[in-house]
Amino acid sequence: MSILVLAEHHDGQLAGATAHVVAAAQAIGGDIDVLVAGENVGPIAEAAAKLDGVSRVRVADAAVYAHQLAEPMGELLAGLAGDYSHVLAAASTTGKNVLPRLAALKDVAQISEIIAVESADTFQRPIYAGNAIATVQSEDALKMITVRATAFDAVGESGAAAVEPVEAGVDNRLSSFVGEELAESDRPELGAAKVVVSGGRGMGSGENFQLLEDIADKLGAAIGASRAAVDAGFVPNDMQVGQTGKIVAPELYIAVGISGAIQHLAGMKDSKVIVAINKDEEAPIFQVADYGLVADLFEAVPELEQQL
Amino acid sequence: MKVLVAVKRVIDYNVKIRVKPDNSDVDLTNVKMAMNPFCEIAVEEAVRLKEKGVATEVVAVTVGPKAAQEQLRTALALGADRAIHVQTDERVESLGAAKALAKVVEEEQPGLVILGKQAIDSDNNQTGQMLAALTGRPQGTFASAVEVEGEGDTLKVTREIDGGLQTLSLALPAIVTTDLRLNEPRYAKLPDIMKAKKKPLDVKTPEELGVEVASRLKLVKVEPPAERQGGVKVGSVDELVDKLKNEAKVIS
Repeated sequence: MSILVLAEHHDGQLAGATAHVVAAAQAIGGDIDVLVAGENVGPIAEAAAKLDGVSRVRVADAAVYAHQLAEPMGELLAGLAGDYSHVLAAASTTGKNVLPRLAALKDVAQISEIIAVESADTFQRPIYAGNAIATVQSEDALKMITVRATAFDAVGESGAAAVEPVEAGVDNRLSSFVGEELAESDRPELGAAKVVVSGGRGMGSGENFQLLEDIADKLGAAIGASRAAVDAGFVPNDMQVGQTGKIVAPELYIAVGISGAIQHLAGMKDSKVIVAINKDEEAPIFQVADYGLVADLFEAVPELEQQL
Repeated sequence: MKVLVAVKRVIDYNVKIRVKPDNSDVDLTNVKMAMNPFCEIAVEEAVRLKEKGVATEVVAVTVGPKAAQEQLRTALALGADRAIHVQTDERVESLGAAKALAKVVEEEQPGLVILGKQAIDSDNNQTGQMLAALTGRPQGTFASAVEVEGEGDTLKVTREIDGGLQTLSLALPAIVTTDLRLNEPRYAKLPDIMKAKKKPLDVKTPEELGVEVASRLKLVKVEPPAERQGGVKVGSVDELVDKLKNEAKVIS
């Protein structure tokens, strides 16, 4: 068996998620190649070559792959997929955008967001907002899979894989990149942070998120939010944790002013330790919280900040 | 321009689901069903495009059992002009649905197809992308804003990506999938619900369309997720910090 892993990268850097996807590939077993596609991706390819368990890094470096638009990426991958039994990508917005297009081009089903490998053709994945775990078996010769990065431990970085260019011959008349508006943050990436502090509707306003910033500074945490906080305009949508936002599984998740709707729990209930601070003692969040504090967040959060 | 909008009948998003005792699947008997929330956003966007004069006709389509006609009637009540039901009792996954939709696209030739980004039952997030591949069209996934530009030959799509927002220009015809923040769907009004009963609804079968929709993924078993250990309520911030430091050892 041989496995192709699509490398995840942003701003000229290999994203942490890739090392987790390689770990999932190791659980399947077989030769592992990583594909790095983009424009000026030399340093990213070098970083990918260091990942343990990778035998070869294939590099498609051309302007047409800049921003990894789905149309040229689908075509590129469709050309390479014939060499492999499995194609894996992170269940990031890039992986989710590109891989189903490839699956349809190859006429195979896709298995989305796996959390465990049972065998080379059988995988576990959450359905119904994580309220059920399905075990599915693929009968397709080519398995197309996206991987929930938080479910697999990252591989180390002591490898030395060969780096080989891939012929970059596709063009793209269907789509073009116009612009990007990226949120700037010095904090750890939400999906990879060891500690996450999240605020919900109970925060009351965007300014009040400063309270969480102060705690996050002390804990080296990333800041998340519930859909209610995003919809109310307190914070941008890329901070949303939940079924339709980001899935996190940090060591410590502190939910402040979050009731704990099914859709929010879907994004954080695999955290190691969950703390809830909420003034409503009936809030569903307390059913999953290891430590619950029934208190007014505007008093409890500053006090917590002082004690850290 | 004709707009085709795909909708799916799913379990209502507020329902706490149960797994069947024999672990064969989720138990859907006597459970409230509804239109998938992302599909509601898709219908709303199509109807808004019609209200702006961009869309000339809105056609709603679904692939699924007979009961899914309820969700097509809902789409009609919200402003769709007519509906197409690809009726099947098979367990349809994304690839099968995308193949059936591709045949409908071939027959209808819409300028734009709008789908939800994912269904809240399977959580697959695949059908729109697969439909784009099968029809050879560009895709604007996870859209939070769409705008038809020029002479109606390009579509500007703003997408919600992991780090923020990305804007793309797509050659029409194109496929768009909706994210939560694209719009706020309206409610159907009673007179519109009555009128929707008289709007045309065509029923087709996968055989008539010449597609195989049955899933190629075998569902081996479905289990409830591991339960979290019941936690404790602490009485004060002092106690909380103490527990986190000395019991859970997650902060130092």
